[in-house]
Amino acid sequence: MDSAREHIRVAGLEMRYGTRVIQSGLDFTVARGDIFVIMGGSGCGKSTLLKHMIGLYEPVAGEVFYNGVSYQDSGVDARAAMRRRWGITYQAGGLFSAMTLAENVALPLTQYTSLDVASVREMVSYKLALVGLAGFEEYYPSEISGGMQKRAGLARAIALDPEILFFDEPSAGLDPVSSRLLDELIMQMRDVLGVTVVIVTHELASIFAIASNSVYLDAETRTMLDTGSPRELLRSSPHAAVRRFLARGDATAPAGP
Amino acid sequence: MGTPPRFEVVDGDSGVVLRLMGDWLARETPPGVDDVTASLRQCAGRRLRVDCAALGQWDSVLVSTLRACRAACLDSAMDFDPGDAPDGALRLLALADAVAPHRRPVSVRPGAIRRLLAGEPVIAFVDELLLACNFAGEVVLACGRLVCGRARMRMVDLLWFVQQAGPQALGIVTLISVLVGMILAYLGSVQLQQLGAQIYVADLVALGMVREMAPLMTGVIMAGRTGAAYAAQLGTMQTREEIDAIETLGISPIEFLVLPRMLALVLVMPMLCIYSDVLGILGGAPVAMAMDVSWGQYLAGAQEAVTVTHIATGVAKSLAFGLLIGATGCRAGIRCGRSSEAVGQATTVAVVRAIVWLVIADAAFNIVYQRLGI
Repeated sequence: MDSAREHIRVAGLEMRYGTRVIQSGLDFTVARGDIFVIMGGSGCGKSTLLKHMIGLYEPVAGEVFYNGVSYQDSGVDARAAMRRRWGITYQAGGLFSAMTLAENVALPLTQYTSLDVASVREMVSYKLALVGLAGFEEYYPSEISGGMQKRAGLARAIALDPEILFFDEPSAGLDPVSSRLLDELIMQMRDVLGVTVVIVTHELASIFAIASNSVYLDAETRTMLDTGSPRELLRSSPHAAVRRFLARGDATAPAGP
Repeated sequence: MGTPPRFEVVDGDSGVVLRLMGDWLARETPPGVDDVTASLRQCAGRRLRVDCAALGQWDSVLVSTLRACRAACLDSAMDFDPGDAPDGALRLLALADAVAPHRRPVSVRPGAIRRLLAGEPVIAFVDELLLACNFAGEVVLACGRLVCGRARMRMVDLLWFVQQAGPQALGIVTLISVLVGMILAYLGSVQLQQLGAQIYVADLVALGMVREMAPLMTGVIMAGRTGAAYAAQLGTMQTREEIDAIETLGISPIEFLVLPRMLALVLVMPMLCIYSDVLGILGGAPVAMAMDVSWGQYLAGAQEAVTVTHIATGVAKSLAFGLLIGATGCRAGIRCGRSSEAVGQATTVAVVRAIVWLVIADAAFNIVYQRLGI
């Protein structure tokens, strides 16, 4: 991959909880405009990898590069500047339950820009409309459904026009229709805003529908087995475990070149 | 640095032209939407065209400004023509329109005075009272089943809560009791010294601790420490649907969750009260000795003043306090809403109610004791 298209590069990452190794030897690259899926079975460390990528946890070894700059080598200010260019949506939405949706979305805007009150209100209304929640400004997170909470979380994540959107299990706990709508929304965001998207998921339907690139983490060997487009991996991954995962456990998945 | 974002409204013969110039980026702080829409509303033309020829970079601020302008045009019956606005911005605008705006169902809530006249506070109070009675009734029934040996309470839970409420509270109870004993001694010392009756400081501290301060102070400590913990535990279980799970397993949450907690407090409180009696009296000793009352005189005075009846009055109070703290804490937790804020409210309610009830109950006890002459 040429360096102009490279957006995120994970190099030799090793993650541990105490002395327990979660994953090691992670090396992969996410290109600009990719929808990149981190996949793998339950408990293999998908969410942990995401938390390392967004700097919530410090890796034991290795680095994550954003636009060629190491996050781990950067100082406090540089890290904050990098974080400001990311939008993150959490598994359960991560909305502040004591604030209305409008206040939730307005928070990053009032913290990081000097827009006046009316402009912030207009921005919030626009961001909520983008995720299909126009008119829900005055609702509290507890008054809306789980799928809506995820979309509201997305509205907050895109408040500052991020370059990278991270999603932790966006479709967990959603019905197939809502989950597909969310997938479509993610695709539209990528197409229109030109963002790079990193998603943790094990929903095969959504992996095949939206992912342009992926990495497979294996719980047994505690390392990544393969990286590439999920369709390619299903067809020609040298690792049986990857093909089996992508074929929903069907061991007769096509092997070899 | 980019060029600062500006706008210009030209009200010409062929209609209104909104000219957007410079970099419309959030970090450049473009003109507020209200300024833009206000100058549009002043125009006479019936058609608005957006001119983006001099527009530099842009982000969401541009789209949200365009969106506001479009809404303003709709309001004042003006045609909106996005003109040469960037293609991406138009696509975003279209995406934001994909779902029709939701209209919140209007709930008609009458004014404060009307609600007051309709007796709403009274109704709310009666409701609350009925719910409290209901809770008390359920607890009594659960106790009944416990006595019959049919309650689904786990002994392990009870022991665990006794451990939490008892031994783990000893440190703070020790500190507070010794200090309260000293405070009582100081309080009396000045007055008694004037009469030359320092010897009675022992009576004052001993009776004050045993009858009043020990049960009240342990009550306040346990309300803040254990009552709040119960409310937070049960409240968090409510938010995580654990209480629903217990109920659907056919187990009464009152028996399974509330009973062990309340029993633990009722068992532990009298013991803590007696412990606090002893430490309070010891805490008064150094102050008495500073007033030339000897250690022996002090102890003898205290021993003479305190009878079993006095100790029993204090212990009876602490039993009732244990019940009240457990009940308010558990009830606040069980009735908790399902958000993180609700857990905080439940904890506050638990502590405040417990302390209010403690003081009311203490006053009631004293009136009864006075009438009975004990």
